[in-house]
Amino acid sequence: MDINFTLISQAIAFSTFIWFTVKFVWPPLLRAIEERQKTIADGLAAGERGKHELELASQRSSEILKEAKQQASDIIHQAEKRAAEMVEEAKHTAKAEGERIITGAKAEIEHEVFSAKEMLRQHTAELAVAGASKILRKEVDAKAHAELLASIEDDLK
Amino acid sequence: MAADTELTPTKYIDHHLTHLTVQLDEGSFWTLHVDTLVTSILLAILGIGCVWLVVRKATPGVPSKRQAFVELMMEFIDNEVKNTFHGNRHVFVAPTALTIFIWVLLMNTMDILPIDIMAWVTENVFGLHYWKIVPTTDVNTTFALALSIWFLMIFFSVKVKGFGGWMHELFCTPFGKNPLLWILNLLFNFIEYVSKPLSHSLRLFGNIYAGEIIFLLLGMWAATGVAGTFFGAILGAGWAIFHILIVTLQAFIFMMLAVVYISMAHESH
Repeated sequence: MDINFTLISQAIAFSTFIWFTVKFVWPPLLRAIEERQKTIADGLAAGERGKHELELASQRSSEILKEAKQQASDIIHQAEKRAAEMVEEAKHTAKAEGERIITGAKAEIEHEVFSAKEMLRQHTAELAVAGASKILRKEVDAKAHAELLASIEDDLK
Repeated sequence: MAADTELTPTKYIDHHLTHLTVQLDEGSFWTLHVDTLVTSILLAILGIGCVWLVVRKATPGVPSKRQAFVELMMEFIDNEVKNTFHGNRHVFVAPTALTIFIWVLLMNTMDILPIDIMAWVTENVFGLHYWKIVPTTDVNTTFALALSIWFLMIFFSVKVKGFGGWMHELFCTPFGKNPLLWILNLLFNFIEYVSKPLSHSLRLFGNIYAGEIIFLLLGMWAATGVAGTFFGAILGAGWAIFHILIVTLQAFIFMMLAVVYISMAHESH
């Protein structure tokens, strides 16, 4: 157990090894590790951000969906209302048209009846005059009895 | 082992505890423990080199299994340093801690290799009669590391607080600014500055050296016969398994103490 020059040699060797580690071993390893740590941290942050964005997007999409549903139900509601209105309108129109047709028909009928009556009366008066003239062939002078005939004709009217 | 003389327990232990030395100059100081130096440098090149080979191709993307292992070790040490040191640890302290941990762990782990097989390999394959394979059982290694840390401690003290600040700390802490207490403070700090590298290095040395000695004693037991071999082998295996804990723990403690000492130098009282 004697102290000798080995001590100094070993100290020099030790210094060399420390220098080597400080210079060539530690920095690249540290750099690699720190770079990896940064990559992982970035990745985690990106993941977190993605998650957040997904949440926002799903929230927005559900809002849009709700709105669309609301709109659709509004449209359906309006359409139903409009349909009911149209049906009602059509009913009214049909009724009015029917009544108009009926009124027209009734007027026609009345007119027909009136003209038929008129014609019938004409014919009857002529027939009566013809009959009376046949019965009274000789005695009846159309001119003398014109007054009488006219009164008969008036009665028949 | 010397073949021409009878093998006694003393010779056996002596052989295992003798360094391969080279005399550089006159005097006992200029001796070099070649085995310690070569083994430790080879281990450092192996350990730090492997880490470097992995780190060179480090990718910030999906790491390979080897890279993941290196990162695991780095994160572990970085965490320990982070809890103790409150400056920018990436500039110096954390890489230094990594160096210490890898190197000391590998040097300690040599203790687990079967001692006589390794002696046979160094003798018959490399032709080296003496070769201690565990560099941390050489007090020079542990002192070299502890003293380097000690100098770093003083260097950072001066760098962070300035020379005046460091002197102020030496004279005015921990007891107070009163001039009467200056000598006491200085004495106290002196003891602290002496005890730090001593305890730092001797703790590591003592643990690993003791482990080595126990392996040697168990190995000697194997020379007494079949029963000795059997129990020596079983106890040796048990001790080796337990030693896995010790070598790791001692490497970790040595690293942590270095970090703590350097951190303390950065903080003013």
